[in-house]
Amino acid sequence: MLLYILRRVISAISVVIVTVVCSFLLFFAAPHDPAGVICGPKCTPERLKDITNSLNLDQPVVEQIGLYFKGIVVGRDYSAGGVTRHCDAPCLGYSYILGVPVTDLLARAVPVTLSIVIGGATIYLCFGVLIGTIAARVRGTTLDKAAVGTSLVIGSVPYFIVALVIALYATFLPKSQYVSFFENPFQWAAGLLAAWLCLGLTNSAQYTRYSRASMIEALGQDFTRTARSKGISERRVVYRHGLRAAMTPVITIFGVDVAYQLVNTIFTERIFQLPGLGTRIINAFNQYDLPVLMGGVIVGATVLVVMNLVVDILYTVLDPRVRLG
Amino acid sequence: MTEQTVRAPQTVTRAPRTRAEGEEAYLEVTDLHVQFPTADGRVQAVQGLSYSLPLRRTLAIVGESGSGKSVSSMAILGLHDRKSTWISGSIKVGGKEVVGMSEKDLMSYRGADAAMIFQDPQSSLHPFFTIGDQITESYRAHHNVSKRAAKARAVDMLGRVGIPNPSRRVDQYPHEFSGGMRQRAMIAMALVNDPKLLIADEPTTALDVTVQAQILDLIADLQRDFGSAVVFITHDLGVVAEIADDILVMYGGNAVEHGPVEKILGAPLHPYSWGLLESIPAVSGTPGPLHPIPGSPPSLLAMPSGCAFHPRCEFRDRVGGDLCRTLKPELIPRTADQGRTSRCHLKEPDKVFETEVLPRLP
Repeated sequence: MLLYILRRVISAISVVIVTVVCSFLLFFAAPHDPAGVICGPKCTPERLKDITNSLNLDQPVVEQIGLYFKGIVVGRDYSAGGVTRHCDAPCLGYSYILGVPVTDLLARAVPVTLSIVIGGATIYLCFGVLIGTIAARVRGTTLDKAAVGTSLVIGSVPYFIVALVIALYATFLPKSQYVSFFENPFQWAAGLLAAWLCLGLTNSAQYTRYSRASMIEALGQDFTRTARSKGISERRVVYRHGLRAAMTPVITIFGVDVAYQLVNTIFTERIFQLPGLGTRIINAFNQYDLPVLMGGVIVGATVLVVMNLVVDILYTVLDPRVRLG
Repeated sequence: MTEQTVRAPQTVTRAPRTRAEGEEAYLEVTDLHVQFPTADGRVQAVQGLSYSLPLRRTLAIVGESGSGKSVSSMAILGLHDRKSTWISGSIKVGGKEVVGMSEKDLMSYRGADAAMIFQDPQSSLHPFFTIGDQITESYRAHHNVSKRAAKARAVDMLGRVGIPNPSRRVDQYPHEFSGGMRQRAMIAMALVNDPKLLIADEPTTALDVTVQAQILDLIADLQRDFGSAVVFITHDLGVVAEIADDILVMYGGNAVEHGPVEKILGAPLHPYSWGLLESIPAVSGTPGPLHPIPGSPPSLLAMPSGCAFHPRCEFRDRVGGDLCRTLKPELIPRTADQGRTSRCHLKEPDKVFETEVLPRLP
């Protein structure tokens, strides 16, 4: 088990390294004049020279990448406008446009995005599984058809429409804002409620369908018949034996899905004006802030890799048949 | 579990007597019909099945897929979905009427009075719960005892079914057991509440031959210890010969022959039973061609008129007056022996068997 995790961590790190190299080539080696882009529209020759020197853009690409990795591991110095600043490890670069290290910028954004996704995902997982399980139990009835129909409709409406409707019409909800959980948990929850509802509502539709299909399959299995033949209550048959088997594939999807949500909450953040990762990346995109984009890519890749690892380990807890090693 | 069942006009069959006169029947099935309404019509899975079984006896129900053997046995435990099944007739287990029993009564009946062993222990045990967990759940469903006591009972049962080192195995998952051990665990789970009726639905089909023999011995031993009645569903006549006291041959949802095992395997009276015997490949001598029964099983949506077997029967022309095509024969004694019954119009079937069928057998 330990050996397996170690092996997986090593392979996860290599995936991140490859991502860093590729995105570095994409952002800094391939463009004709990366320094000019980073410098921005109001660029002076001194500033351009500063940036070129500081990022070693006049050096071979291999050295540039080496320096970038050095920054991640031990930190490095950046000089801008004659001032040299130290960027602590893990240093993901320096935004010349905003005048702050990328790591600081993203570190402030990550808790926001994490808060949105955790709350929203909890809502859609619980809601979707509950409705899906009930629908599976009463399969073929009007209630089941209503549940499936509703989830189909919600699932067909584009996500941003739902977000807009909530933002525009659900005015009775607390004002959307971000307050740190550690500062005030109640304000934290109140400020994120609208975003949570939006994320929860739109995604619960697909979880209703997953859980319903998975539950119907589980209830048709031989072990369900065995459970029934024991003389235990139907409730116990469904919720202990059925649900236990049905949830394993759903949880697997959920793990990867949460990772995906973490790097794709752009709409939610924009509409509800929350300063999360998505907002930062969109802003960086509009300003051609290459160091921030690069940092965003690395954080996104790391989140996906880590969540995949977590799901794989979780799977061994959920399904005793899965052996690691 | 009954309701309005539109029944085709047909003769009422009486429960045939087994030779065990004087022994009270523990299981008594009378005129059982099981039907599944579908978009294409009503599937008549079991059509008027009657038999009875006393304690300490084993009845083997044989027949091909779709003959109604499993469906009728699942009805004994009330395992059919009420909403999609029409059941009529009567199933009495230890004096309790199972057909139409309330969900609450079914709960305390299942597992305690009657229990079932299923065909494939791999898929019939829950993959995510330990063996001990699954056995104790059965026990605690019917006994108000602590978890610790239930687990001790589970360990005891695992030991009784011949699982070595039961106190360690009890905490293992089904996938950590071999096929034969898994079926033993399944048997332990079925017997944990000491049921007086055990239904074994092809319990050895998914196992290899050496393990089959062990499981059969185990079931026979436990039956002796527990004094229970056993219904053994199989299509393997070799298994029947080894374990059963009586045989019930089913074809197309009907019982076509019923009687003591040695008589029916020795000299069956129904052309379908003859076909079954003929289709067993010879294991000694030069291997010859196989002798399957020509044709295929009847559609349960559109049963043939008269005798269900007549389209495949080579003896139908021996019966005068087109009787096989027009009149469904009753399950009654056909020879001087009153202890066995068959559903066939053929005159003197014992003589036909001796002179025409016996010489052809391998």
